[in-house]
Amino acid sequence: MATPASVHAHAPQGFIRRYIFSLDHKVIGLQYFFLALTAVFVGMFLSLLMRIHLIWPTAVLPLIGTIQPETYLSLLTMHGTIMVFFVLTTAPQGGFGNYFLPIQIGAPDMAFPVLNMLSFWTTFVGFVVIICAFFVTGGAPLHGWTGYAPLSALPSAGPGEQLGADLWITSIAIFCIASLMGALNFLTTTLDMRAKGMTLMRMPLTVWSWFITAILGLLAFGVLLSAGILLLMDRNLGTSFYVPLVVVNGVVLGHKGGSPLLWQHLFWFFGHPEVYIAILPGMGVTSQILSTFSRKPIFGYRAMVYAMLSIGFLGFMVWGHHMFMSGMSPYSAFAFSILTMCIGVPSAIKTFNWLGTMYKGRIRFQTPMLYAIGFVSLFVSGGLSGPFLAQPVLDIQLHDTYFVVGHFHLIMGVAAIFGIFAATYYWFPKMFGRMMNETLGKLHFFITLAGTYAIFMPMHYLGMAGQTRRYSQFTEVAYQTKLIPLQTFMTYAAFVTIAAQFIFVINLFWSMFKGPKASDNPWEATTLEWTTATPPPHDNFGGVTPVVNHGPYEYGVPGAARDYVMQTDPATAATH
Amino acid sequence: MATYTPSTPIDHIGHGHKPPMPPAGGGDDGRGGDGANSGAPNYGARLRRARLGLICGLATVCMVFISLTSARIVRRGLPTFDGASNSYVRDWGRVDLPWLLLAINTAVLLVSSVTMEFARRQAAREAALAPVKSIPGVSLGDERSFPWLGITVFLGISFLAGQWLAWGELHARGFFVDTNPNSSFVFLLTIAHAVHLCGGVIALLWAASASLLRKPVEARRIVVDITAWYWHFMAVLWVYVFALLGFAR
Ligand code: HEM
Ligand SMILES: [Cu+2]
Repeated sequence: MATPASVHAHAPQGFIRRYIFSLDHKVIGLQYFFLALTAVFVGMFLSLLMRIHLIWPTAVLPLIGTIQPETYLSLLTMHGTIMVFFVLTTAPQGGFGNYFLPIQIGAPDMAFPVLNMLSFWTTFVGFVVIICAFFVTGGAPLHGWTGYAPLSALPSAGPGEQLGADLWITSIAIFCIASLMGALNFLTTTLDMRAKGMTLMRMPLTVWSWFITAILGLLAFGVLLSAGILLLMDRNLGTSFYVPLVVVNGVVLGHKGGSPLLWQHLFWFFGHPEVYIAILPGMGVTSQILSTFSRKPIFGYRAMVYAMLSIGFLGFMVWGHHMFMSGMSPYSAFAFSILTMCIGVPSAIKTFNWLGTMYKGRIRFQTPMLYAIGFVSLFVSGGLSGPFLAQPVLDIQLHDTYFVVGHFHLIMGVAAIFGIFAATYYWFPKMFGRMMNETLGKLHFFITLAGTYAIFMPMHYLGMAGQTRRYSQFTEVAYQTKLIPLQTFMTYAAFVTIAAQFIFVINLFWSMFKGPKASDNPWEATTLEWTTATPPPHDNFGGVTPVVNHGPYEYGVPGAARDYVMQTDPATAATH
Repeated sequence: MATYTPSTPIDHIGHGHKPPMPPAGGGDDGRGGDGANSGAPNYGARLRRARLGLICGLATVCMVFISLTSARIVRRGLPTFDGASNSYVRDWGRVDLPWLLLAINTAVLLVSSVTMEFARRQAAREAALAPVKSIPGVSLGDERSFPWLGITVFLGISFLAGQWLAWGELHARGFFVDTNPNSSFVFLLTIAHAVHLCGGVIALLWAASASLLRKPVEARRIVVDITAWYWHFMAVLWVYVFALLGFAR
């Protein structure tokens, strides 16, 4: 027999149980959020050092001194890894997903709260381990976020490839385990804990995006985990999975017969789904916000769901587009190319549906909306370069140039970050019970939008002009020196953009304590999180179990009293 | 499970306009009919939820072993340049598996899967009868007489010990993890499987201690149930690994 729900409405007492090892998905969501916030500042600081080094390679920086070329590669590796794993994977899914998925489906918590706590703390350990790589002998690894073998597999290959690389791989493996636990929890929660009436086709698109992301995570992280274990074995046990016969500094190493391409296949089989893991939640939150602030139902709800499902599905079949230059058979390159361009179709469907949602809407240009529109803009400008890269003939020219860097920064770097910003400005009132400052928010938005375009758009031109990626210094390469003025411009743009992020941090913490009190539903939105108190009680709905009678985006319904119908409003004849 | 959870509606959280509250729980498709939604879901709902989680977990384990298998297939087919003969050769190599020992281990694991199934059914029965037993004066005889769970734990540990012996035997025959690619995969796959099985043994030990610590019979039943399915999966996985190592040499 079940106990009355009210018994469980009490939050556990004591600081540790409540805020450190909490089982409450909301606290865990915030823990993920603040972990990602810390990580993003670390990652941003590293990128600042890189930008400085690129144009002033001999500058002597306070405390750090002159950045050496190999240090540049360490910065590059750590920047990419921290950003991809501990920011873009952590904040949208672990942070906002944890906080809002249970509430939006009307559940009191995640399906397995203890597992949820474990997955956060495992992620945290992963972060600590990767940060340690900076401080061990030899420093952080040089092999980039993609960790290509044989560089990553040979401790003797460079200073950072010693203990630092082992820590890097270990951290990734820990992160994989944490993400797998998280994905399992998300899937079970979505499938099993929806409130009465919350049919699949009534779930907010945010829930769909977290759900599909969890499926991708469940299938992708296991592959990265095994790839990482093979790499650790190559490094420490003398096996030859990835390492062919190699000579380092005139010494023939004991390895023989392995294939660096094996690593690339395994890595990108994970890597391409991973980029969708980073962006899908942003798509979800963008859909949610565009509909809410346009006061219109989302255009083509079902199409949006099917588009996300097909993006997730196709995402597993295109990994070869990262390997066109690896000497793969032209036939497989052709197949990968066609499949990759197929992803453009659902992506375009989503874009047109977003535009259709805004079309003729009574748009409220508040900060969350600005960020959602910014997301669409960046998704288009970053996505359009994808089909170019997806053609093997073009990729021969563009691979390993700044063109690729521009592509993935616009779409993954910045668009996904805009998704996180949009989510922060949108859900802040629910999470902290106060409003963020609109003026600061808009200021932050416009500087960040202009700044990121100024940094990442020129990269495309640099790439077309043949500027190589992952080089620490261009001053020595004759044909590349002409491009340095553009690089200088990008560095100045980076200074401004990074400075603008402090506006966000100030706004965040100031509003947390001093912002005006928020009502329960400040945006007049329809989904379940806006029906409960602000911030939500321990069991989310204060002992009540919500019943859902409506779809998630019923705005501007003819005949309704207000211009929106909450999901829990009584069913009427006008709507189903 | 026809029970439902009576929830105590607290009026007006956030927006008004609340419809009258029907009984709590329930998803859209009838699967959530027994209080899936209340603070303390009942035993049927928790069992279903745990099984769902297990299926997700097994999907991951599958992906791990699928990727290891494909790595093995790729590595096995790779030619490597041989300076001595100035040509490409296959360096896959040979491993003399301790066949008899591995066959015995396989048998032990398969038998343990059967005993595990008996333990699972026993736990299910106990959980179903628990309410009856709690009525004073009702006795159903000593149901728990046969320690299926203990036997399974014993067999599981025996299997792990047997694998340990097999690794020792491989070492004795001169095959180490870095001897050749074939032996690397032999150790990799068997150890990966053993690590997964260890997880099952720990879960069973937890379930056994839960019965000693007089935890509620339902909680124990859920652990036993999902561990049982996990255990069967591990048995099948072992047969697969063994076949792969044995037949695709
Ligand atoms: C229509 C959609 C897309 C197409 C056709 C596409 C195509 C490609 C291709 C062909 C490459 C390989 C370029 C090379 O290395 O030479 C690439 C790289 C990349 N793409 Fe995309 N892409 C698309 C969308 C996305 C999205 C949505 C994201 C992330 C959210 C993304 C993130 C990346 C990243 C991170 C890389 C570079 C990885 C690296 O080498 O470090 N792409 N893309
Ligand atoms: Cu890709």
